[in-house]
Amino acid sequence: MTSAESIRHGQQAGREVWQGRAHPRRVNVGETERLVSQVGGGALIVVGLARGGLKGLLAAGMGAALLARGTTGHCSLYEAIGMDTAEPEQGPYGAVPAQQGVRVEESIIIDRAPDDIYLFWRDHANLSKFMTDVVEVTSADGVHSHWVVGGPMGLTLEYDAEIHNDEPGRLISWRSLPGAQLATAGTVRFSPAAGGRGAEVRVNQKFDPPGGKLTVGLAKLLGHDPTSVTRENLRRLKQLMEAGEIATISGQPSGRA
Amino acid sequence: MKALCWYGKQDVRVVNVPDPKILNPRDAIIRVTSTAICGSDLHLYDGYIPTMQPGDVLGHEFMGEVVELGPGVNADGCPKLAVGDRVVVPFPIACGRCSFCKGDQFSLCDNSNPNASLTETAYGYTPAGIFGYSHLMGGYAGGQAEYVRVPYADTGAFKVPDALTDEQVLFLTDILPTGYQAAENAGINPGDTVAVWGCGPVGLFAIKSAYLLGAGRVIAIDHYESRLRMAREHCGADAINYQEVDVFWYLKDTTGGRGPDACIDAVGLEAHGHSVDALYDYAKAAMYLTTDRARVLRQAITSCRKGGTVSIPGVYGGLVDKFPIGAAFNKGLTLKMGQTHVHRYLRPLTDRIEKGEIDTTFLITHRLPLSSAAEGYSTFRHQPDECVKVVLSP
Repeated sequence: MTSAESIRHGQQAGREVWQGRAHPRRVNVGETERLVSQVGGGALIVVGLARGGLKGLLAAGMGAALLARGTTGHCSLYEAIGMDTAEPEQGPYGAVPAQQGVRVEESIIIDRAPDDIYLFWRDHANLSKFMTDVVEVTSADGVHSHWVVGGPMGLTLEYDAEIHNDEPGRLISWRSLPGAQLATAGTVRFSPAAGGRGAEVRVNQKFDPPGGKLTVGLAKLLGHDPTSVTRENLRRLKQLMEAGEIATISGQPSGRA
Repeated sequence: MKALCWYGKQDVRVVNVPDPKILNPRDAIIRVTSTAICGSDLHLYDGYIPTMQPGDVLGHEFMGEVVELGPGVNADGCPKLAVGDRVVVPFPIACGRCSFCKGDQFSLCDNSNPNASLTETAYGYTPAGIFGYSHLMGGYAGGQAEYVRVPYADTGAFKVPDALTDEQVLFLTDILPTGYQAAENAGINPGDTVAVWGCGPVGLFAIKSAYLLGAGRVIAIDHYESRLRMAREHCGADAINYQEVDVFWYLKDTTGGRGPDACIDAVGLEAHGHSVDALYDYAKAAMYLTTDRARVLRQAITSCRKGGTVSIPGVYGGLVDKFPIGAAFNKGLTLKMGQTHVHRYLRPLTDRIEKGEIDTTFLITHRLPLSSAAEGYSTFRHQPDECVKVVLSP
C-alpha cells in the first residue's frame, strides 16, 4: 500500500472509530447486559401496569428506563460514574486493543489559527519541542516515524508509528506499528475556538505500555501519568505557539547549595 | 552575586549565589540599581505563603540597567530594548501575547507560570508568574539581588526617562499601580466618600489615587500613628485609629448615616485587631483551620453603603472563614480584586510622575545597602510604626 493509500484508508477508519467515540451518548453497556435489561425492563412494564396503583406505576417506569438502556446501549448512570461494560471496539489495525491500556482526552485553547497549529504539529521534528516525555521523533517520509520516549525511572521506550489519517488544518491521527515497545494510537483535532479565541486543540490518545494498567498505575504514583503528561504537553504547545518559548526557571540562581 | 534568600519563617539572609543566565530567547539580564521590600514580602517572611523553598531569591519590586539580551527580545523587527537601557520591571511576569495579556489583564497571563499545574490544583486556573513569590507563582528568582533575569523582557521591562531618579520611578513596579488600580476598581464618582483600610504604601497610594479619580473625601484607617500622620499630611485623608474609634459607627456617622460609597481593603490576609472575629481568626489560623485573617474585609463589607463597591488590593492566598456574604448580597455590593495589571499603568503613571502630579518618595523611611536586607526585613516587620518603606541598593 502506498502512503497515500494508507492515509486514505486510515481516514475512513479514523472517522468511524475515533470520532464515534467522542459522541456523548455512546454505547457503554455490554451485549449480554443489554439483553437482560431489555427482557427485564419489558417484564417490569407488563407486571407494573397489570398491578396498577403507585407502586405499579413506579415499577412500569423503571421497566421503561431499563428497556431504553437495553435498546440504546447507553446508561447515564454508568456514564456518570465512568463505568463501561461495552465490548471492545477494534481500533484501527488494533494498535491498542480496546479495554486495554489507558485513554486520555485533553484540550486547550491556543490564540492562533487552527492551520498554524496543525502545520506545526504535522512536522515530526517539532514534536519533541513541546512533548516532555518525547526524547526524539524522526521521520524520513513525513508519514512513518520512529519515536524515542522517556518513561518513569529513566526508562526509554522506542517504537515506529505512522500517520493514518491526515486532514490538513483539522486532524491528524497516528498509531504505533506492530512490535512497538509502547503501543499507542491517537488523534489530535484542530478547530476554531468559540468567540474568535483562536483554536481548540483536542487530543484523544490511548497508551498500552508494557505491563498494561499495572505500569500505568505505577507511573501515576511516580507523577508520570498519561493524563497530566498530555495536559502539560498541550500547555507547552500553547506557550510555544503564543509566546514563542516555554516558561522555565531551570538554570536560574538560588541559595540552595 | 549577592542575593537575599528565604530560608524559613523570619529567616532571610544575603548569600552568594550564581549569576543569572539567559534561559529563553526573550529573556534579559538586568543589573539591579534599586529594589524595595514590599508589604507582601512580609507574608513570605512570616511563612503565610505555601510552596516556598529554602534558598529562593526574594524581591518583586526592582529596577536597573539592561546588561544582556536574549536573541528573541527584538526579534519582531521593532527594537524594544538595548543594552544600557534603564528600566523598571512590573512584578507580574506576562508573555504579552496570550488573550489575557492582549486584553490588558497582564497579571492573568496564561503562559508565564512554569508550575501552572500546581497552581491549578489550588485555584482552578493559574494566574501569571510573579518574581520571588513562591513556587505556586512560578518559583522565579526575585530582584533583591545584584542581577536578575527578566523573562519576556520586550513586555516586562519598561524604559524610564533619565530625568527621573530611581526613587521617583521604583514604585511603578508594584505599589503605585496597585494603589491606583485599587482606586480605579472602587468605581469612584466625583465627590464620593472612600474609606481605605491600611495606611501602608498601597493604602497611601490608594488614597492619593482616589483623590486623582475625583473622590470628595477619603477616610484612612490604621493603628500606627506615623502611618496615620502620613495619610493625613501627605495624602489629605481623614485618618482614624481603629483602636480609639469604632470604625463602623464612625463611618456611618460621618457620612450622615449612609456609609462610604467605596471601601478599599489595603491590608489583606494578615489583618490585626482585637474584635471577636479577629480573635476567632487568630485561633483558627493557629490550629491550621483557616489560612487568611479577614477581619478588614468583613468590616469593609459591613461598612460599605448599599450598592457600593469593595475593592481589594490586599493579598489573600487561601481560605476565609465567616465571610459576610449575606451583607454583601443583600446590600447589592460590587467586589473587585486581584493582582495588579502593572503593565497597563506604566505609561500613564510615568506621565503623571513627570508632570509632578504624583510624588512617591515621601514613603521611603529606610535606605539600606542590599547587604543589610535581612535587617531591613526585621525592621519592617517589627517596627511598622517607624518603618513604612525600605529601599535597598545593591
